[in-house]
Amino acid sequence: MNVLQSGQGELIQPPDLEGFREWNRIEKSRRLDDKLMSEEEAIARFVSDGCYIGTELYGTVRCPMSLAREVVRQGKKDLRVCGQGVLELDLWLAAGLVRKLDVTYIGLEVYGVSSALRRAVESGQVESCVEWSNGAIAWRMKATAMGVPFIPVRAMLGSDTLKYSAAKVVEDPFTGMKLCLLPALILDVGLIHVHRADRHGNAQIEGISGFAAEMARASKRLIVSAEEIVPTDEIRAAPDRTVIPYYLVDAVVHAPFGSYPGEMAYLYGRDEPAIRHWVEASRTDEGAQAYLEEQVYGVEDHQAYLSLVGEQRLAHVQEQRERRTS
Amino acid sequence: MKEQKYSRAELMICVAARLFCDGTTAFIGTGIPMLASMLAMKTHAPNLVPIFEFGGVGAILDDLPRAVGEARTFHRAVAASGICDIMETAQRGFIDYGFLGGAQIDPYGNLNSTVIGRHGRPKVRLPGSGGGNDVGSLCWVTIAIMQHDRRRFVPEVDFITTPGYLSGPGAREEAGLPERGGPINVVSTLGLMDFDREPGGTCRMRLVATHPGVSVEEVLENTAFDLPVADEVCVNEPPSGEELRLLREEIDPEGLYI
Repeated sequence: MNVLQSGQGELIQPPDLEGFREWNRIEKSRRLDDKLMSEEEAIARFVSDGCYIGTELYGTVRCPMSLAREVVRQGKKDLRVCGQGVLELDLWLAAGLVRKLDVTYIGLEVYGVSSALRRAVESGQVESCVEWSNGAIAWRMKATAMGVPFIPVRAMLGSDTLKYSAAKVVEDPFTGMKLCLLPALILDVGLIHVHRADRHGNAQIEGISGFAAEMARASKRLIVSAEEIVPTDEIRAAPDRTVIPYYLVDAVVHAPFGSYPGEMAYLYGRDEPAIRHWVEASRTDEGAQAYLEEQVYGVEDHQAYLSLVGEQRLAHVQEQRERRTS
Repeated sequence: MKEQKYSRAELMICVAARLFCDGTTAFIGTGIPMLASMLAMKTHAPNLVPIFEFGGVGAILDDLPRAVGEARTFHRAVAASGICDIMETAQRGFIDYGFLGGAQIDPYGNLNSTVIGRHGRPKVRLPGSGGGNDVGSLCWVTIAIMQHDRRRFVPEVDFITTPGYLSGPGAREEAGLPERGGPINVVSTLGLMDFDREPGGTCRMRLVATHPGVSVEEVLENTAFDLPVADEVCVNEPPSGEELRLLREEIDPEGLYI
């Protein structure tokens, strides 16, 4: 294939598909093991300094916040991060844990630019920012999910987003069209929060699925946190709802309100004042550190965090939930 | 008709809403596009199909969504899928309109939402492409919504996050982007622009209408490049009483944007 252009961005994790197959053969159990554990154990066992890690979905929807806070608490550092995340990645950036970024969007949506991202990138603390579109990051995981080293797409062409990515432009050998080739993205660890899972990791999501299916299949280690742990019989009663089958999963964490202050479709809405609290606090490094001290370091675990938030706020966000209509 | 007071945001939302055609699909991002699509659906375009990048298709937008993935984006929707499905739907040519924003726009409608300054050590690090590049690459046409000043309407953007017409006529196709795409309008705080897309046209932005009370000179003064002016520049209709009522009472009663 004729390569017409190569993005100058770093390929943060070169895809090794043979290695990935071998990993899946040796490291991924086919047994219905009991994988239920705490955030503390899951992060300690599967997240290491310098690993290539990603969180699924962005915005304030279905965020794996209890897992993201535990990463901060344990001070996992030099992380190479695949970036679609608003609150999660902001915490990691503010805590100084991020060394490299495959970035698509890190911002605070209606509240604008992320101050934590600005400080971390403009100071040079983040060594390298490689640019991608949202579609591109999801498609790169789709390539891995397919078990192939790249996927051709028609986005990113002609832009600086491509120039500062690690994509390539080629001439399609069948049609002669110019195509953007996206390299497969294989995460060392993926973090995904779902509505329900059983102890083995069979996981179901309500509402939109973002790129959970793709990320789950593109992660060497996958930590799933769930609002509810259900018996396997409940999964088997509705297997069509399973987005992530158990053999992809290494740890299952029971995390009620695990996305708070973000939302969870049909269970609870987002907590606007709590999100604004971070927006305001993170404007300065001192403010961000004080927030982390109060909301993360100073709190032992997710249960203690929920006590800090208080029943009143949790009841309030439940009241804000989307309701199914007949 | 009775004179109604309205804000600049309300006017922009109304001007953008009027650009939606009934019975089309539109890729909706956070902010003004959400309000504009809701207003269009409550007025002249009840069969508009709003599409949100993380999977919501054809939602009934009773309540203003706060973000592109949240539950209101698939409230009573016809489908709730995922990001690959939505972007591939655009790639197959099913999404008619896309709405975009950015920190900078140039005469060819190229948008920057990545960095101000040099990429390696930026003066300001912005959020990045998000879905912007996909929308600008893959929808049939796009509409940008922008604050209008000389820092934002620049001769050359610092970084082409999302392609407009790139370097001019034919450049999109030359780069390999799908044919016939590109920006058709910019709705700004001062007026409405289009692009010279006729065969043999320049693909450059052109002023076609000003907002009420805004002169052509004011638009040109606030644009840091040479902005051609259409032979006849119209004045955009101010928001009607009904448009304002819908916006204030039904669409954004909490005043998040207006």
